[in-house]
Amino acid sequence: MMARCWPHPLLSLFLLATWLLLVNDLGIGHWLLGGFLGWAIPQLTQAFWVRTPRVSRPLKLVGFLLMVVGDIAVANLQVARLILSPTRRLHPAFVEVPMELDDELALTILASVITLTPGTVSADLSDDRRTLLVHGLDVGDEAELAASIKSRYEAPLKEIFACSTT
Amino acid sequence: MPLNPWIEALVALFLVAGSLFALIGAIGLYRLPDFFTRLHAPTKATTLGVGGMVIASMIYFSARNGSLSLHELLITLFLFITAPVSAHVLAKAAMQQKLRLHDSTRGKPWQQ
Repeated sequence: MMARCWPHPLLSLFLLATWLLLVNDLGIGHWLLGGFLGWAIPQLTQAFWVRTPRVSRPLKLVGFLLMVVGDIAVANLQVARLILSPTRRLHPAFVEVPMELDDELALTILASVITLTPGTVSADLSDDRRTLLVHGLDVGDEAELAASIKSRYEAPLKEIFACSTT
Repeated sequence: MPLNPWIEALVALFLVAGSLFALIGAIGLYRLPDFFTRLHAPTKATTLGVGGMVIASMIYFSARNGSLSLHELLITLFLFITAPVSAHVLAKAAMQQKLRLHDSTRGKPWQQ
């Protein structure tokens, strides 16, 4: 019953928050309207979801997002410094990072986070979804970069989405 | 209604900081040596540039109207959703075209 009415509780909450921010008004009417949209839109799009992602640790997801925002701010300063220093000192590199995640949504989030954190862009995912190709702007040590991506971003995502490790 | 000068100074500070990062992003686009390194400048330095302006706007309108104004946060949200997608598409297209790499690049892009 609960699952049928609210197939994606997090998506519903997200839609409600987006609605309240869009109208920029916290009146009771907008809570009701946002709540209705949060209920109706997941119902109507239910058919398009191939597989419902399971978020097992929602609180951890919030912490992860805050950490990513902090990383973006810090790494922005590093990229700004790299841009303004002589370009011949740059050491760009393509790095292959082996992936353990198998959930589509989790992989999408990981690839987006890698692109958003300055200094790295995720360029491609292999067809078997086992390897992510990452381009780094200034890479000192390829193995270290791959290890830091795995420990800092992949490990928390694996916990949040309760992925089976294959 | 004139604003408190301290709040005005804070708004100005965030506006200038945001503009500075947007400028650095543009400089990066001009200076960096090859396509893949140039890809880093607009997706990155600009996120903090837009962030600075968004914070300035939130402070300004919250102070002027006397109520919290948060809908600027949506700009950040939509930017964070769309920026990685366009960067990924650009990178894939660049690999397909086998664009020239900077001489000191290690590793190879994949064959598409």
